[in-house]
Amino acid sequence: MTSNVVSAAYIVSAVLFVLSLAGLSKHESAKEGNQFGVAGMVIALGATIWLVLSRSPHALTTLLLIALAMGIGAVIGLWRARKVEMTQMPELVAMLHSFVGLAAVLVGFNSHLNVGADSNTIHSIEVFLGVFIGAVTLTGSIVAFLKLSARIKSTPLMLPARHWLNLAALVVSALLLVWFIQSHSIVPLVLMTVIALAFGWHLVASIGGGDMPVVVSMLNSYSGWAAAAAGFMLGNDLLIVTGALVGASGAILSYIMCKAMNRSFVSVIAGGFGQEVVVGDDVDYGEHREITAEGAADLLRDASSVVITPGYGMAVAQAQYPVAELTKRLRDRGVEVRFGIHPVAGRLPGHMNVLLAEAKVPYDIVLEMDEVNDDFGATDVVLVIGANDTVNPAANEDPTSPIAGMPVLEVWNAKDVIVFKRSMAPGYAGVQNPLFFRDNSQMLFGDAKQRVDDILTAL
Amino acid sequence: MRIGVPLESLPGESRVAATPKTVEQLIGLGYAVFVQSGAGDLATFQDSAYAEAGADVVGDEVWNTDIVLKINAPTPAEINHLKSGQTVVSLMSPALKPELVAALAERGVTALAMDAVPRISRAQSLDVLSSMANIGGYRAVVEAAHEFGSFFTGQVTAAGKVPPAKVLVVGAGVAGLSAIGTASSLGAIVRGFDARSEVAEQVESMGAEFLRIDVEDAGPSADGYAKETGEDFNRKAAELYAAQAKDVDIVITTALIPGKPAPRLLTEEMVASMKPGSVVVDMAASNGGNVAGSVADKKVVTPGGVTILGYTDLPGRLPTQASQLFGTNLVNLLKLTTPGKDGTFVLDLEDQVQRGMTIAHEGQVLWPPPPVQVSAAPAPAAAAASAAGGVDAKAGGRHTEKKPRDPRMKYLWMAIGALLFALIASASPAMFLGHFTVFALAVIVGFYVISNVSHALHTPLMAETNAISGIIIVGGLLQIDSDDLVVKTLAFLAILVASINIFGGFAVTGRMLEMFRKD
Repeated sequence: MTSNVVSAAYIVSAVLFVLSLAGLSKHESAKEGNQFGVAGMVIALGATIWLVLSRSPHALTTLLLIALAMGIGAVIGLWRARKVEMTQMPELVAMLHSFVGLAAVLVGFNSHLNVGADSNTIHSIEVFLGVFIGAVTLTGSIVAFLKLSARIKSTPLMLPARHWLNLAALVVSALLLVWFIQSHSIVPLVLMTVIALAFGWHLVASIGGGDMPVVVSMLNSYSGWAAAAAGFMLGNDLLIVTGALVGASGAILSYIMCKAMNRSFVSVIAGGFGQEVVVGDDVDYGEHREITAEGAADLLRDASSVVITPGYGMAVAQAQYPVAELTKRLRDRGVEVRFGIHPVAGRLPGHMNVLLAEAKVPYDIVLEMDEVNDDFGATDVVLVIGANDTVNPAANEDPTSPIAGMPVLEVWNAKDVIVFKRSMAPGYAGVQNPLFFRDNSQMLFGDAKQRVDDILTAL
Repeated sequence: MRIGVPLESLPGESRVAATPKTVEQLIGLGYAVFVQSGAGDLATFQDSAYAEAGADVVGDEVWNTDIVLKINAPTPAEINHLKSGQTVVSLMSPALKPELVAALAERGVTALAMDAVPRISRAQSLDVLSSMANIGGYRAVVEAAHEFGSFFTGQVTAAGKVPPAKVLVVGAGVAGLSAIGTASSLGAIVRGFDARSEVAEQVESMGAEFLRIDVEDAGPSADGYAKETGEDFNRKAAELYAAQAKDVDIVITTALIPGKPAPRLLTEEMVASMKPGSVVVDMAASNGGNVAGSVADKKVVTPGGVTILGYTDLPGRLPTQASQLFGTNLVNLLKLTTPGKDGTFVLDLEDQVQRGMTIAHEGQVLWPPPPVQVSAAPAPAAAAASAAGGVDAKAGGRHTEKKPRDPRMKYLWMAIGALLFALIASASPAMFLGHFTVFALAVIVGFYVISNVSHALHTPLMAETNAISGIIIVGGLLQIDSDDLVVKTLAFLAILVASINIFGGFAVTGRMLEMFRKD
């Protein structure tokens, strides 16, 4: 009876998880989606705990242990969730991925220890794969976290023969799998875990900061597959379904990100983009022109439609609040203000949207690249705030450019473009941006937040 | 160094090569500026305004300077004012006036032709042809509206309904696009046509409908029929003009090929077929005209009541604006040639732009310039990309992606995959297959559920999936009951970290979703 009820509960939670993800694909239903997720989790946990307790010889101790572990986790989790700055969301998400990876490794080892030598081949493969994916996710996410929080440099690590190192790690792991299947010994499992940890570390270390949206969504996908692998080894359908949902979702997000950068998934994962690019220094782009905050304010005052295209620089400068204030001021004057968000702006998919939402910019004026790209011709002023490669006309016009073919925001079609930038240094891709030298572009140097504040004062 | 801005001597010229605003900028570059008295009168810039801007208002001494900025090419009389070593900048039409070029070279002056700026993007800020064409296109519409007896915009009034005017603009260069924008902002129905179909987007972006002709319908041409297609195109285009002429009220033609007679677009019959009261503005009248019956600088009314305007001074009819833009182009040129911003004019003949504009220097005729290297031709570019180390992975990947793949390969791989799976499955327990079914279906459900997620929600979605993947806690829960202390400890840890995910993920998702709001 118990197991049937638990199975029913699992099916209900699986459905709730599907509804939850489906709900999160639209603004209108997003909150409901989150509630479905919570409900699904409560049902699944309730049923599992009940199942464990009903089988347990020392139910009370077990319950206390569970309560203690979950209590500590809940306190840490809720504390982090409440405290986190929205600009730090990428770090938090990366950190959470590593926990799933760690849990997958632990569950995998346990599963092996429980079953021990009686293990059959399939189960051994499941354990092995689960631990492998979990370990890669664990260290990969930790490196991503460290890079995103600027605790280590975000430049790609370039080991000699790095592709061979990766390949070697995979081959050795495959050999260890054979050993593991035959011996059921824990030694190959431990060896493989060490290799997988190093592999995950190296994999993400060799990917640069600008590719982080892809990396984070890829690790999201991995954490899902790790959970699914755990489901296989435990024969638990709920874990399999949930893991597969999360894995598929992360994979799709990675795909969207890659498409937005016109990169193949493999080239991002293999790493190293942006380092070996030969920057064409010999090209003379002409002179850029500067504008003052007062001049920018004048332009904005006369404009009837304004598009703001933010990038990572806005997050770094924490400029979202003054930008939101500027938006409000302009809208009160009857100026049509919209935001154009490039899919890879920021360090996490949808990062800019979250920042703007935090600053209370209504989401119906925050548009995607495809929605806004055709309108630039009819736009008076574009404010490029801390974005560079995502507004680089070279992607469209210069077939030799390293970012050629990447879809970009075509801001240069607008009447005037004001670029907020700290200096004339090239963007992440290491490519000079001809936009800055266009006739209709003017540069406003300095800290984005400070400059937007200056404009607000001038208005 | 000193800059002189003389009064234009060409009859009817109302523009001036510097305005008080550009004078300030020139002084900012370190020059002393001398303006001939009365130079700006016709463009409504008075001597006092120049004086206020910091210029010296002088008489004929204006020629006694180092650099002379003018609108029109110097006349023979003016050339006599020039001295060896002096620099003169103006429109020159060097291709049409070799004798002028020779005379300037003989005089030993350095002559820069503003109408010989190479058409590369870096030089756009000096391109007076574009800035003048922009004004001309605007003015063409205004002139047409002046002659046209009705509104441009459609209205429903108490006195009856007014249909909107229909405007056809042929040629979508700078002038054409400017005319399209002006006419559509007056409320007319605007149609644009250009032989280059790639400009359709620009035409549409200015608010006009782009007329297309279907040349592909010419049928399969075997080989070497390029010229035939051209004739076919012309015939189809003529049909289009004939049909449009009967329909539209205003036609503005801007088809001008530099150094060649303008192509004849509208024939006498087409003009005759237009409604009485219609207006045609022929912006190419100076080079023979696009329209049969147009006369340069004249207004002609045909017996059928169609007005044909052949004004060639359209930019000059907006003298204030035209002077300002021309003056700014000149300032941009001087920025380029004053690298130190110290009032020292340095001509760099190595620079493509400056070389292209210089038609005479130190007694030498430098016209025509060597051909301009247009930036990155596609073919060598591709080769360069695949040669440059790190880029090749990406560039190569992109190229292969674009190649249409053999569909049979895909099916082959699918078949191999299915076969491999069958092999593995035959050796697996039934339990595994059951789980695998669930897994495969869940992946598919996941793909369909997520694939239409709104971009803005990517971050909350990721946080939510983070929370949900905390379901791995179930693994820990099931194992914590073990008697083995190691297993117990590991399971405890697994529950702990998974709980962080569950609670943290849901809480932060909720927090983010709270922030999204609509007005």
